[in-house]
Amino acid sequence: MLFKNALTSPRGPAVMDMLQSVSGIILALFMWAHMFMVSSILLGNDAMYWVTKMFEGEPIFGKGYPILVSLFALFILSLIILHAFLAMRKFPATHRQYRTLHKHLGGVRHTDSYLWYVQVVTGFALFFLASVHLYQLIMHPADIGPFASSDRVWSGRMWPLYLILLFVVELHGGIGLYRVMVKWGWFMGKDPKVGRKRLTLAKWVLTLFFLVLGLLTLAAYMKVGYEHQDRAGERYLPAAYSQVNRAPQGESH
Amino acid sequence: MNAVNEQTIPVKVTTARTIEFAIFRHNPFDDNSEPHFESYELEEADSMTLFIALNEIRAKQAPSLQFDFVCRAGICGSCAMLINGRPGLACRTLVSQLPAKVTLMPLPGFELIGDLSVNTGKWMRGMSEHLQTWIHSNEETNIDAIEEKMAPETAEQIYELERCIECGCCIAGCGTAQMRPEFVGAVGLNQLARFKIDPRDNRTDAQFYALVGNEDGVFGCMTMLGCEDFCPKELPLAQQIAYMRRAMAVAGVS
Repeated sequence: MLFKNALTSPRGPAVMDMLQSVSGIILALFMWAHMFMVSSILLGNDAMYWVTKMFEGEPIFGKGYPILVSLFALFILSLIILHAFLAMRKFPATHRQYRTLHKHLGGVRHTDSYLWYVQVVTGFALFFLASVHLYQLIMHPADIGPFASSDRVWSGRMWPLYLILLFVVELHGGIGLYRVMVKWGWFMGKDPKVGRKRLTLAKWVLTLFFLVLGLLTLAAYMKVGYEHQDRAGERYLPAAYSQVNRAPQGESH
Repeated sequence: MNAVNEQTIPVKVTTARTIEFAIFRHNPFDDNSEPHFESYELEEADSMTLFIALNEIRAKQAPSLQFDFVCRAGICGSCAMLINGRPGLACRTLVSQLPAKVTLMPLPGFELIGDLSVNTGKWMRGMSEHLQTWIHSNEETNIDAIEEKMAPETAEQIYELERCIECGCCIAGCGTAQMRPEFVGAVGLNQLARFKIDPRDNRTDAQFYALVGNEDGVFGCMTMLGCEDFCPKELPLAQQIAYMRRAMAVAGVS
């Protein structure tokens, strides 16, 4: 068994190193896919509603089951716990190590060493930020939708958390994916020095793209939530609200 | 007539800078010695390397200044030091590329002999004995017979990795090695990769795993890439560590 003796047998270091990379890759790719789904609000409330219902399994079961969202969020949370447990081995642990590291980083002024430290700091922040976000989601899987999410962002005062989480998670995931490729020597091309420069560029372009997309998306939820704050808690119904959106002065249902 | 002949070669007139060198001074064998920095001023000369500058300082200003040099050409690996915080070879560093104030410190992570001189040899020997960086062959060598042939590509690959001069820059430039002194560093992993490539070395991956399949070995590397970026010989260290990591990951689970 691969996992059975990871903590006690000599194969442990290999298993732990691979699991750290694999869990990180899945989480980073999920994070980007998640951003695309969430940003559906930019295409309008109906688009976001459709995405929500799709994840609740409506196209398959004919009816939405929010528990599916809970289960998937639980899976992601367990991946995060695994990844955090493994990555914690790399954190500086003692004052002596922090002192040595800070003196070292200040002396060498070296980009990739800084990037590693950004991973440590953002990773630490994610223990808390991601946990808050995921616990809320696991316990209230049905509270996802154009109005429900926007109310949570605005009336539920979650936007400061999401704003910080956006920067922290995008930095952590983007840097992490770049570093995992260099770590295992993937996609480096014929000349690894050129390959690394290419990957660095790709990493920053992607990070910038997702940050802009994320900020626009968060702004959209905040706007919808702000306009909907008097009726916070009410759910979105495409048939009723598509009309409201077209004629804001018209009667509500 | 060719117009070029009538031209004179322009003489570059530059005002020589005065460089201030702040040099770490300490004699660990003298109980009264306190680690401190001392400043020396020196007028910059054309094509002056740190090696030349340090010799001039020692000759005219600080006769007791300790630092190591042998080859002056980036081959012996003795003169590595922290130049404004970054590891590099003094003999390959031109003063003209440095600012007017230069701080020099001994390489961290090695035993201090005095001032800028450190005992990299002791560290390297310990690493070499620990990782057994020599050819392990099951076959008896017949020294009267012609040597076994080797594919030119393999020979070149080995030669490329053999260029390591054990200067210690990869250890001084590595945050992991600085935080965790047991880490074998890029120099160790590169040397083991060199023997893994060598067809004369009969060690199996399982045997290599026993040497570096742990967190003092290849799985301790956190890919901060200081080794790769500070190696004065520009060895492909990140690539070699990735190669060992892949091989050891497979060896670890199979």
